[in-house]
Amino acid sequence: MSTRQVGEKVQRVEDPRLLTGNGRYLDDLGQGALQAAFVRSPHAHARITDIDVTDALDVDGVEGIYTYEDLDGRTGETLPVLIPHPSLTHPRTGHCLARDVVKHVGEAVVMVVARDRYLAEDACARIRVSYEPLPVVVGVEQARSGGHRVHDDVPDNVAAHLVQEVGDVEAALAAAPNTLTLELDIERSASMPLEGKGVYARWDTDDGSLRLYSSTQTSTGVRAAVAAKLGMPLAKVEVVTPDVGGGFGVKIVHPWPEEVLVPWAARRLGRDVKWTEDRREHFVSSSHERGQLQQVTVGFDDDGRLLGLDVRFWHDNGAYTPYGVIVPIITATQLLGPYKPGAYRVEWWSLYTNTVLVTPYRGAGRPQGCYAMERTMDAIAAHLGLDRAEVRSRNFIQPEEMPYDQGLMFQDGRPLRYDSGDFPASLAKLKALVGWDDFAAYRALAEREGRRVGIGIGCYVEGTGVGPYEGGVVQVETSGRVNVATGLTTQGQSHQTAFAQIVADELGVPMADVHVTTGDTRRMAYAVGTFASRGAVMSGNAVALAARVVRAKALRIAADALEVSPDDLDIADGVIAVKGAPGTSIDLKTVAVLSNPLRYAFDTSAQAATQFAGTFDPEKPPVADDDEPGLEGQDFYSPTQATFANGMHAAVVETDPVTAEIRILRYCVVHDCGTMVNPMVVEGQVHGGVAQGVGGALYERMVYDESGQLLNASFMDFLMPYATEVPHIETDHLETPSPLNPLGIKGAGEAGTIPVTAVIASALEDAEGFPIRSMPISPSELWELRLAHASDTAAPQEGSP
Amino acid sequence: MLARVGHDGKVLAGGQSLVPILSMRLAAPGHLVDVNGVTGLDGVEVRDDAVRVGALVRHAGLERHDAAATALPLLRQALHHVAHPAIRNRGTTVGSIAHADPAGEMPAVAVLTGAVVEVVSARGRREVAAADFFLGPLETVLEDDELVEAVRFGRLPAGTRTWFTESARRRGDYALAGVAVAVRMDGPVVAQARAAFVSVTPVPSVLDLTPALAGRTAEDLPLDGVAELVRGHVDPETDIHASAEYRRVLVDALTGRALAAAASAPDPAAPAAEGAA
Amino acid sequence: MSEPVTEQLIEITLRVNGVPRTAAAPARRLLSDFLRHDLGLTGTHVGCEHGVCGACTVLLDGDPVRSCLLFAVTARGHEITTIEGIGDDPAALSPVQQAFVECHGLQCGFCTPGFVTTITAYLDEHPDPTPEQAREAVSGNLCRCTGYQNIVRSVLRAAEIRRERAGGDDR
Repeated sequence: MSTRQVGEKVQRVEDPRLLTGNGRYLDDLGQGALQAAFVRSPHAHARITDIDVTDALDVDGVEGIYTYEDLDGRTGETLPVLIPHPSLTHPRTGHCLARDVVKHVGEAVVMVVARDRYLAEDACARIRVSYEPLPVVVGVEQARSGGHRVHDDVPDNVAAHLVQEVGDVEAALAAAPNTLTLELDIERSASMPLEGKGVYARWDTDDGSLRLYSSTQTSTGVRAAVAAKLGMPLAKVEVVTPDVGGGFGVKIVHPWPEEVLVPWAARRLGRDVKWTEDRREHFVSSSHERGQLQQVTVGFDDDGRLLGLDVRFWHDNGAYTPYGVIVPIITATQLLGPYKPGAYRVEWWSLYTNTVLVTPYRGAGRPQGCYAMERTMDAIAAHLGLDRAEVRSRNFIQPEEMPYDQGLMFQDGRPLRYDSGDFPASLAKLKALVGWDDFAAYRALAEREGRRVGIGIGCYVEGTGVGPYEGGVVQVETSGRVNVATGLTTQGQSHQTAFAQIVADELGVPMADVHVTTGDTRRMAYAVGTFASRGAVMSGNAVALAARVVRAKALRIAADALEVSPDDLDIADGVIAVKGAPGTSIDLKTVAVLSNPLRYAFDTSAQAATQFAGTFDPEKPPVADDDEPGLEGQDFYSPTQATFANGMHAAVVETDPVTAEIRILRYCVVHDCGTMVNPMVVEGQVHGGVAQGVGGALYERMVYDESGQLLNASFMDFLMPYATEVPHIETDHLETPSPLNPLGIKGAGEAGTIPVTAVIASALEDAEGFPIRSMPISPSELWELRLAHASDTAAPQEGSP
Repeated sequence: MLARVGHDGKVLAGGQSLVPILSMRLAAPGHLVDVNGVTGLDGVEVRDDAVRVGALVRHAGLERHDAAATALPLLRQALHHVAHPAIRNRGTTVGSIAHADPAGEMPAVAVLTGAVVEVVSARGRREVAAADFFLGPLETVLEDDELVEAVRFGRLPAGTRTWFTESARRRGDYALAGVAVAVRMDGPVVAQARAAFVSVTPVPSVLDLTPALAGRTAEDLPLDGVAELVRGHVDPETDIHASAEYRRVLVDALTGRALAAAASAPDPAAPAAEGAA
Repeated sequence: MSEPVTEQLIEITLRVNGVPRTAAAPARRLLSDFLRHDLGLTGTHVGCEHGVCGACTVLLDGDPVRSCLLFAVTARGHEITTIEGIGDDPAALSPVQQAFVECHGLQCGFCTPGFVTTITAYLDEHPDPTPEQAREAVSGNLCRCTGYQNIVRSVLRAAEIRRERAGGDDR
């Protein structure tokens, strides 16, 4: 038996290449291509009255200058609404280049294509666009007041409105011995990958075909959308995703205007064209997420058990809704976490504002939902004077109650039914890891030293691995090389390694022989994309299933050749041998030769397969009716529902009694993502997610002024944490395998991020003794809160364990 | 050259502040005068009364300069806080003084040490005291055709201990507030105490804390009295990172900590004190 | 608006990774762009162009600098080391590169060249950092994927590998 790879901390096969400057990210490609740059709106809401490009025409090296007027065919139509939903009654999307009106700062108005980016920007600087400013709507409060409209035909700026209800919430609240109402808010942050978006189009004039490279999370999505917009058959468009410098959600949106305009220009000019955005462009013309105002009313008994939960929230979706309302849908459903809510009612409004689009960012609405639920749990504990972990524990769905149907529809249109998870076990692990029960003693010690500390906790459930499907193709070459292709994309998730581990195990070959390609429509044209923590679940299972097809065929052919039954055979290290009789064997690569009867011998191994070599039966065709040539298999994995991962985090924070500076002393994570293909990779994903969570809790927020200007559109003022701002992260795992897929995998991509804002708020509340309802929070804001609460007479430590 | 193009030109030395502005196309001077190749501007000279730093001395070079650190420990104490090491490897100390960002560390050090700015142009040379050099945020007395050739940081009287501290949102960010202090001890008691601030005044200026601190020991510093003087002196603004009132509280706390650290530090000139930074 | 920049090209020769390299580019060409596009050394990446993220960090005479804040012409007469100069052979990794593989110090790899150059220079001056010092040493570069923990471990492991390769553990 070969060494088993799945479950091992296998070093990454992609690393040596990426570490030696041999990565191929979008801007590394197309060195000879023309480059595009854009004139973008400096106004948040304005009518375009004139575009004067005269002075730009003089700039040396300019090949084309385009506005909306130039967009022919379907390129002039609005961009698609990717995910329609019954609640989305007023979807609105923009045009590739603004038509008449701009609705957010950063919206593209003019495209310039020139010999290089410097010249293109020179030209852009000389284009004069005249605007007539219109009233601006910024922030949820202004949007819902309905005073001004972002879109003339959308009353009250409501893009979507939805009510979901299980049980009778009003009755439950009326009958509840205790009720509380919380007003909460979270501010916007963003994915902010280190590599921005980029598009590189190669137009082949000879055969009218397009090869498009995009720094995207979905090559098949981009392919379909671009083919549609350019009026081209799918067969003439291929999309290849190169190395991608991070996505975190922002690159799942498609098509970005540039993904249409760059190939359109390439076709028009008969030249290769490339565009890579700079950082400021990314801030004002990609997308943000997280901004919500929430109101929770909860009814509970004297033991802290939930009886009824009534949630309303207002979601800021920015100027347009190309990605539909996935984020608020996820907030509304994933809010429930690992708990039984009793009766539950959630009502939300998704509102337009004259700001950048809002589309999923790692967590995709779950952080907001977790925040609402976990703040509520802490409030219940504080109200009753109970331990915060104990209150949560009393509300857990128990392992024997799995599968547990929450009675709601999830984001994939399928039931929100938790398939697995052992929440009490996770909590026990977390309490042990952080020393929950010993904290009171630690706090007392700290107090004697004049230090102020607090501990916080947060739990979440995450529906991962949503469909509709992913596919895998596995092919064994006559050299013994195994090619694996799956259509979803990679932005650092180690797919080249993890999927190779799976196929190596399934097929019995050395990992070094397995080569994985992702995100290339030429290699696998049926795919959805990388998002929602679905990569390992979907493509991991798909390539496993495809490998099983190949294995079965290989054993059949080998059995024939060795004159034994396939059940007698095993494959290890690329050799098919009879169990217990290793002398009787045949190489997998030889089987590959045999699987494809040839007329022509291309090399020595092919000689063995030509129709005149070896034994053959003249009565049978070289390729049987129900068979195909080649040692190749394809299969798809398509789930009936999402599979639910879960996790619990705890943090110990310290606040400076004078300056309110905040330090995270410890951060602990327990998570359950089922079977882990590569524990090292999973842990890395958790670390990265926690870091983004810490950023979102204490440092990152998008600051808009009342005229819709983004005040911190640079890394100087949008504060992503450095290493010194991220704590050391301690992790422990639980593995309750998913019963829903062959490998038992659940997603792990977003696990680290989801509860962090809630956990930090919980810890700060514990340290300070007053409620924290608004996040993120800076030392300055914490200090202001202290002032505001200073008049409270001796408030005892609320919610301490 | 500056005489020719200064009216529509900028001097390029370290470039750590200038180049981002150019990349973002927030400014488009017609000419950049790259002085990095000019010889004779990269010297650090320790004199009896001053440390003279040439225009092309990088923050990192000055930070590593042991003789300068011994002569004026405040230099190394402050430089440690300037941005990140990679920025310090190119950014020049003189350049940051000429740039006059209210959030800059070195302008505060310049005024606290009574520095002299040596200015040169085709028209001749002149010297400007640091106290007179800064006119406003990002604004100095320099004319378009002038270049700062060097800054002479004044060495401090015997018995003076210095300290520098600041607080920023992230490591290496512009400080929300910062302070440089110079405390001259006479035996166990304070004889003179002065401070200059970062990010909380529009131009760097010196606050004399002697009235509050004279005669007091390091263990017995009257921080309330200090707070009053500090709050009367600073004029912070509110921005997206912090409120003005918070900055007042912060600079107050930082000043107290800096004074305590300086007052209880050993005499830098004493034989036992090595590399007092 | 000032006069348009005349795209007068200058022959710029830089010593990059030990080799003199020449290309013609305008005076305003940033070093990051010159390396990537004029010299074809795409290992150095651009993340922000305002000096904050550090993805563009290269070594100038052995010291880490932001190549997005330097003009190519200003770098004339200096020794530049890029990630390719630290090691461009996937089969022969430098101690820092090797440590990153062992410690899972990269995910998407975009920020990685900036970290590798920074850490390589750091360990030359501080060969034996504590974990706290290691974290400080990398606190001028942004990473969005790893949460930094494995990068810090990579620094410590790289220090070990350097000692191992120098001929046994000196301690």
